Amino acid sequence: MPKSIFMKKSDKSQQVNTPDELTADENIILDAMGLSASSRRKFLRQVSTGSLGIYASSFFSSEVFAQTVQDLPEQAQILLNEIKVNLRVNNMVKPLAIDSRMSLLDALRERLALTGTKKGCDHGQCGACTVIIDGKRKLSCLTLAATCEGKEITTVEGLAKNGEMHDMQKAFVKHDGFQCGYCTPGQICSSVALLEEAKNGEASYVTEDLKNIKSGLKLSEEEIRERMSGNICRCGAYNNIVQAFKEVHSGDDVMPTWEFATAEQMKKAKNA
Amino acid sequence: MRPFTYTASTNKEAALRAFTTTSHYLGGGTNLVDLMKEDVARPDQLIDVNNLEYNEIVKNDKGGFTLGALLSNAATANNKDVRQNYPLLSMAMLSAATAQIRNMATNGGNLLQRTRCPYFFETSMPCNKRAPGSGCGALKGMNATHAIFGYSQKCIATNPSDMCVALAAIGATVEVQKQDGSSRMIDFNDFHRLPEDQPEKDNTLNQGELITAIHLNEPAFSDHYYYLKIRERSSYAFALISVAAGMQIKNGTISKIGLAMGGVAHKPWKLTEAEAFLTGKSASQANFEEAAMIAMKAAKPFEANKYKVDMGEKAIVRALTQAYERKY
Ligand SMILES: Cc1cc2nc3c(=O)[nH]c(=O)nc-3n(C[C@H](O)[C@H](O)[C@H](O)COP(=O)(O)OP(=O)(O)OC[C@H]3O[C@@H](n4cnc5c(N)ncnc54)[C@H](O)[C@@H]3O)c2cc1C
Ligand code: SF4
Ligand code: FES
Ligand code: FES
Repeated sequence: MPKSIFMKKSDKSQQVNTPDELTADENIILDAMGLSASSRRKFLRQVSTGSLGIYASSFFSSEVFAQTVQDLPEQAQILLNEIKVNLRVNNMVKPLAIDSRMSLLDALRERLALTGTKKGCDHGQCGACTVIIDGKRKLSCLTLAATCEGKEITTVEGLAKNGEMHDMQKAFVKHDGFQCGYCTPGQICSSVALLEEAKNGEASYVTEDLKNIKSGLKLSEEEIRERMSGNICRCGAYNNIVQAFKEVHSGDDVMPTWEFATAEQMKKAKNA
Repeated sequence: MRPFTYTASTNKEAALRAFTTTSHYLGGGTNLVDLMKEDVARPDQLIDVNNLEYNEIVKNDKGGFTLGALLSNAATANNKDVRQNYPLLSMAMLSAATAQIRNMATNGGNLLQRTRCPYFFETSMPCNKRAPGSGCGALKGMNATHAIFGYSQKCIATNPSDMCVALAAIGATVEVQKQDGSSRMIDFNDFHRLPEDQPEKDNTLNQGELITAIHLNEPAFSDHYYYLKIRERSSYAFALISVAAGMQIKNGTISKIGLAMGGVAHKPWKLTEAEAFLTGKSASQANFEEAAMIAMKAAKPFEANKYKVDMGEKAIVRALTQAYERKY
C-alpha cells in the first residue's frame, strides 16, 4: 500500500486521491482533522498544490491571482530611470513602470506576483529562473525587464491549458521529478523548451554528427542530461527528471523507476 | 546595481551617437548584467543594440560565411551552413555555458566576455584588470586556473571563451563600426591582446566601437575537426584547458591545419609553431606528440597550475587524434 498521503504511483493523471485509496492511517489522520468527503478532497488538492508550486496554474487566472496582485505593495512613487514596459506574460499584457535595473525575474515575482519562477543564484548559474521568451528558454535573472517590450514570455504558471497541466508537469509529478521543488519550475520550463529544440533538430555538444541532423531528434539519456545541465537541482532529483522528460519526449508511458514497497516486502525487509 | 539609463537603439547611427565613455552596449547581457550586479561593471548608460539588423549568416567574399554580431550563440551554432562548413565552431560554441545562456548570448558579446578570474569578480580584492594599479591578487594568490603563456606581472588571467578558441583555429576578421560612422576590420588574432602593462584592456577595440560582424575564413576543416574541452565537471563549466583542432588531410598528409588552445592565456592561444610543424607532415601519432611538445615548450606555469602543461600536451594529442580518426 502507498505510504504517502499525497503522492501515489497509481496517481496517473494527478487526480486527487479518493478516500478509499488512502491507507487506514491516512484516513484516521484526515478524520481527526475533521475533513470528510468534499472538504477532504479540497484539502488534498490544496496540499498537493502547496507542496509542488507547479500546480499554481490552476489557481492563476482566477481570483487567487487577482488577490495576490492586490496584496503587493503599492507601486513606488518615484523611480530612478523609470522605464515603461508592457510585459506580455502568459498571454496577458501588463503595463509596468520600472526602474531600469529591474530584472525580468524580479518584475515577474515582485510586480506580477508570478512567484512560480524562482530566484536561486541571481547570477545565471543555476537555472531556477528559467522562463520561455519568444519560444526560447532563457534566464530571467540576467534579462533586464526593460528589454522585454514586445516579447512573449511564458512562465511555469502559463503552461497549463484550460485548467489542465502540461504533459511535462504531469510527468514530473508522476516520476517524482523533484524533492524540495525549488528548481522545479525552471526544470519544467527548460524541459518544455527542450522538446521544441529536439523537434527542430538542434544539436548539443554530445551530438556526434553535427553535419547531418534531421528534425525530430530522439534524444538519448546522455543527450538529455547534457541539454538539461543548465538546471541545477540541489536535491539531486536528476534521475527522475530525466525519466519525466523521456516520457513526454518519447510519447511512451514510461513507468516510474521507483515503486512503493508492498506490505509483504516491508515485512520481509524487517525480518531480513 | 548602480543606476543607469536604458536606451534601445533601432539603428546603428543612434547607437554610436548615444555612446559616451561611461556607456556600455548591451547584447545578451549574460556577462554584463552579471558584472553590474557584482559592481564590477559600472556603466551609467546601457545602449541595447539587440534591435539592430546584424543577425544574419551570409556568404562573404573570402569564400566563407559571415556571422552577424547580434545573432545568438545558439542560433549560430545550430545554423545549417555553420554546422556543415564549420562544425568545429559549432562544437566549441555548444560546449559553452548552457542552452539558456547560449540562447541569450550574442556573437559580439561572446568576443568581449571578461575573464572569470575570481579576484576580478571580488571588489574587495586587488585586481589590475578591474582597478588599474591596485595589484594582481592572483599573481601570488589562488591561480590554479590562470595563464601559463603570455602573461605579465600585472595580470595572469585567461580568456574564458570557447567560441574564440575555435575562431582562432579557423581564422576570421572582426568588423567594427567606429563612432565617426566608418568601419574597420580587425584580424581575429589581433582582436584580443596580451595583458602587458594594460590588463584593463582585453582587446584592441577603441571606446565606442560596435562589433557588427565576424567574417569567417573559407571553410577547410569540415572533415577533420574536434573541440576538446577539459573541465571540472562534464557540462556547464568553463574550460581548464581546451583545444580546437581542424585539419585538411590529403592522402594521409596534413595539407592545412588550424590549432588553438583555451584556458592558457589572456587571449585565445593560437599554436602557430605546432601548426607550422604539422603542415605537410603525415597525420601520425608521433607527429601529433611532437607538435604537442613544441606547443607547450614555452609554458611558464605557477605552482598551482603546473598541471596545465601536462594536461595541455595530452589534450593537444587527443584533439588531433579525434579530429583525424572520428568519422563525423
Ligand atoms: C553561468 C555562466 C556560464 C558560462 N559558461 C561559459 C562557457 O563555458 N564557455 C564560454 O565560452 N562562455 C561561457 N559563459 C559566458 C557567455 O558565453 C558570455 O557571457 C556571453 O557570450 C556574452 O555574450 P552577451 O551577448 O550576453 O554579452 P553581454 O553581456 O551583453 O556583453 C558583454 C560585453 O560586450 C559588450 N558588447 C556586447 N555586444 C557588443 C557589440 N555588438 N559591440 C560592442 N560591444 C558589445 C558589452 O558592452 C559588454 O561589455 C558563461 C556565462 C555564464 C553566466
Ligand atoms: S590575474 Fe588579472 S584579472 Fe586576475 S587578479 Fe590579476 S589582474 Fe585581476
Ligand atoms: S536565478 Fe537565474 S540562473 Fe540562478
Ligand atoms: S527539487 Fe530541490 S532543488 Fe531540485
